[in-house]
Formats: sequence, C-alpha cells, structure tokens
Amino acid sequence: MKTNNRTSFTAAYFFLTPALLAILIFFFIPVLAALLMSFTDFNIYSLGNFKYVRFIGLKNYLDLFNDALFWQALKNTFYFVLAGGPLSIIASLGAAVLLSSKLIKFKSFFRVIFFMPVVTTLVAVAIVWRFIYHPKFGILNYLLDLIGISGVDWLGDPNWAMPAIILMAVWKNFGYNMVIFIAGLQNIPADLYEAAEMEGASGWQQFKNITMPMLAPTTLFISIITLIGYFQLFAEPYVMTQGGPLNKTLSIVLYMYQEGFRWWNMGYSAALAFILFFIILIFTLIQLKVQKESTV
Amino acid sequence: MNIKKLGLYFILIFASLLCLLPFVWMISASFMTNGEASIYPPKFFPTEITFNQYASLFSRLNVGRYLINSVLLSVSVTFISLFINSMAGFAFAKYRFAGKNKLFKLLLSFMIIPAQVTMLPLFLMLKNMGLINTYFAVIIPGMASIFGIFLIRQYLLSIPDSIIEAAKIDGASDFQIYFSLILPLAKPILITLAIFTFMGTWNDFLWPLIVMTDNSMYTLPVALANLMGEHTLDIELMMAGSVVTIIPILLVFMVLQKYYIRGIMLGGVKG
Repeated sequence: MKTNNRTSFTAAYFFLTPALLAILIFFFIPVLAALLMSFTDFNIYSLGNFKYVRFIGLKNYLDLFNDALFWQALKNTFYFVLAGGPLSIIASLGAAVLLSSKLIKFKSFFRVIFFMPVVTTLVAVAIVWRFIYHPKFGILNYLLDLIGISGVDWLGDPNWAMPAIILMAVWKNFGYNMVIFIAGLQNIPADLYEAAEMEGASGWQQFKNITMPMLAPTTLFISIITLIGYFQLFAEPYVMTQGGPLNKTLSIVLYMYQEGFRWWNMGYSAALAFILFFIILIFTLIQLKVQKESTV
Repeated sequence: MNIKKLGLYFILIFASLLCLLPFVWMISASFMTNGEASIYPPKFFPTEITFNQYASLFSRLNVGRYLINSVLLSVSVTFISLFINSMAGFAFAKYRFAGKNKLFKLLLSFMIIPAQVTMLPLFLMLKNMGLINTYFAVIIPGMASIFGIFLIRQYLLSIPDSIIEAAKIDGASDFQIYFSLILPLAKPILITLAIFTFMGTWNDFLWPLIVMTDNSMYTLPVALANLMGEHTLDIELMMAGSVVTIIPILLVFMVLQKYYIRGIMLGGVKG
C-alpha cells in the first residue's frame, strides 16, 4: 500500500476529501471570517443586508478595552480557571492515587461512580445543583445546618456565586482527568517504589520524589486540556445565575453569546471570541515552555 | 495496616456518596408532588410516588418531541462523522502522499482554536443556506472532527500493512479494503469514537441554543434551559426533566463504559 504511484494518490484524496472539505468550509473559513468580522461593525442591520457592514479597523478591540463589563467577564473567567482548574486537577490526582492503591478492591466500581458526573448532561446537572444550592430548601444548606454551619445564599450572594459554580465544576469534571492520571500512574515502573521502600522512604516522600516527577508529562497534558475547557465556561452561569448576581459570574463566552446572539452585535462579539482564542493560545504556549524548561 | 485500609475505604465511600447524592436527590424529587421539594427540612424521599411530573412533561410540555430531536441528531451526527473521520484516518495512517505529515500537523494545530470562534460566521452561513432551525444546522458542523481523525489514525497505525498488501494482491479495490477490511478491524476504536460523538452531541448546549430557535426543534438541554426560565419554582418538574435528559446518556455509558474510558486513556482529549 505504501507505494507512491498515481492510483494510491487518487485513493488517498478520495478518502480525505469529505473530511478536509468539511473542515475547510465549516471550520477554517469561519475562523478567518470571524477574524474579518471582528474588524467590522456587523450588527442587527447588517444581518438583513450585508451592504451595511463597514470596516472599522480595531475599534471593536479598543471599545472592549474601555468596556467595564468585558473586564468583569475577563476577571470572572480567570477566577474560574485559576481557582477551579487547580482544584479539579488536585481532586483528580487524589482520586487516581486512591484508586491505584494496592489495598483497595472494587476499583472499577468506584471508578464508574466517580465518572458518572462526567458523562451526564451539563445543563441538567446545573439545574439540579441550582436547587441543591437553594438558600431555603436546598439540601446543601440543610446538611451544613446539621453540622452547625449556617449556610449562605450560594447563587444569590455576589461573593459566593462563583465559588458555588467552581464547586459544581470540580464535582462534574474530576472523574475525567482521574482516568488519565490512573493511566499515567500505571506507567510508573513498580521497582522505583520498591527501591524507595527499601531505603525507608515514607509514603509522602515517594509521592513527592517518584510519583510527581514521573507524572509531569501527564499533568502538563491535563492542565492544558483543563484550562482550554475551563476558559470556555458558559452553560453553568447561563443556567444557574444568568451571569449574576452583579455580573459576578458573567464569563467571556456568556458575554460573547449575549452580544452576538441576543443583541446581534456580531462584530463586537467576534472580537470577544478572538480575545478568548488568544488567551487560550498564550496560556497553552506558556505551559509548554514551562514544561520544556523544567525537563532540560 | 488494617486501619489504613479502613481509612482508604472510608474516603472512597464518602466521595462516592458525594458523587451520587445529587443524582439520588434528582430522581427522588422527580417523583414528588408539586411543592413537596420546597419545604424545610428537605425530604429525601417522596411520601407517595407520583408520575405526575413525567406525565405533564410529555403531555403538556412537548418533551417527547425534544427527546426525538436529541436522539435523531445524536445518532445521525455519530454515523456521518464516523464514516467521514474513519476514511480520513485511514488515509493518514495507510497512504503515502506529498505533504501528508504537514497536513496532519496543520489539522492538529487547529484543535487549539475554540469552537466559539467559528460560531458567528457559521451561523450566518447556515442562515443564508436556509438551514437554521433544521437538523442540518447541528449535523453539518459535526460531520468531521479532527480529534476523531486523530484517534482513528493512531489506532490504524498499529495494523500491519501486510494485511492490506495481501488484500490488494487478491484484487480488492481501495474502497473494498477500507470497507470490508479496515472498518471491521477498527471496530473497538469506532465504538469508542461513536460514544464520544454521541455523548458530545447529546450534551451539547451552546450551538443548538444558537441554531435551534424554533420551539419544535429544541434538543433536550436547550428545552430544559428554556423550561427553567418559565418553571423556576417547579423543582419537581425540573428534576423530572433532568432525569429524562440524563438517563439515556447514563445508560449508554454504563453499557459501553469500557470503550469510553479506554478512549480517554488513548486520546485523552475532550472531543
């Protein structure tokens, strides 16, 4: 098959064409179009007739720079990513280490349970949690009451709304990275631990000096996909808080959706989308660089 | 040692309860009568099991239609994308052609672009084609996935070329080789990708929210978010809606979890 003749070239492109065309037309061209759009004043009037679209250069980006709501959304999104991301990863790692212990049986049983929140529909789960967080009838405040802690209005209090969303996100997502960590842990040679055991290293020392360094590539991979996913926060605030209270849970994507598809300020919204893309790009590059430097 | 073991089990069981509690409460509240979940202290089980919430979902609130939309869309996206992605994955794994590696790397680098960037132009494109509020609006952007192509290519690399050579000598055409030889061999990875795609489409929210603006075209998540606006206080009803949305996907996962979890370990990337 690996011949370089004409027929195999034709066959290769026969198999590739549907996918490449679909990606080109419905992904790549829209990306370029969005970039162009972000330099225009595309709005509800242009929606009826493209004649009304004007190029306005960097005006959308400059306007965003002076838009308090944009800065608020940016701040909230970073809060979610920088607090929720590490918390999720720590929970995943903890669960993976527990489930990799030789002392434990019924591993696949626990794994399935920890994984259930991952596969379930985010919108449905967010609705369930909205009621769990209910200040009067919610079971969270009830359980807190039982152990003598007086609850708060989780989603109604500007200081607690984002932590509440983060808590739910950790619950929903930790099972996913747990599975990847378990795979990473299985790849660490057992004789490393045996040697450490013989030299009298404690469990914590083994974790710090063997597990953590050996897991570094896995952890990097997990941090990248977690950050990329978390920067796209949308359904949780859409369903649970609509961005409130006091815009404290308004995320970049939610703001983008509101500007683009509720008010049809599509040029402005496209600029928001590109800022999101650049943030994700920069964070990924930083992480890759940090990894490179630490392994040299 | 026994104390340590006991401690580990205690933590695991406690964590399991935390994972399950929201689901248990959701199912339980969905069988309560109106207002039964709005009392203090909260009840964990209904006094009397009632199917009223489910009855009004399906009779009054059109949930049957949303269920059909979700099933049809998830099934068609899964089949179409499986076909298209497996062909491309096959070409990348088993053919040699100019620029192959560059093309593949270019595609992989696209994966960092968040889908939200494409949404505004894609919406306008579909609107001009008259496809907003049709199934095509969801199916078309889901036809090909770079992640899917990647997953299948990786798997097919491990299949020896000699099998294909042998089929070629026997006079099989390229398409016959793909269809009757490669696809059966790739069955495990195809199942994995099928679950990923099915779940991704079933659970997707932002895109169907944008392109399905007509009530009759809603998928379950969109319908649920919309119901939430009108029935903010009907906890029991909303829980029944959540059950209807979650149970099908949970069943798919339970039956095929082996393939799903292996897929994460293989590709490790969110689809």
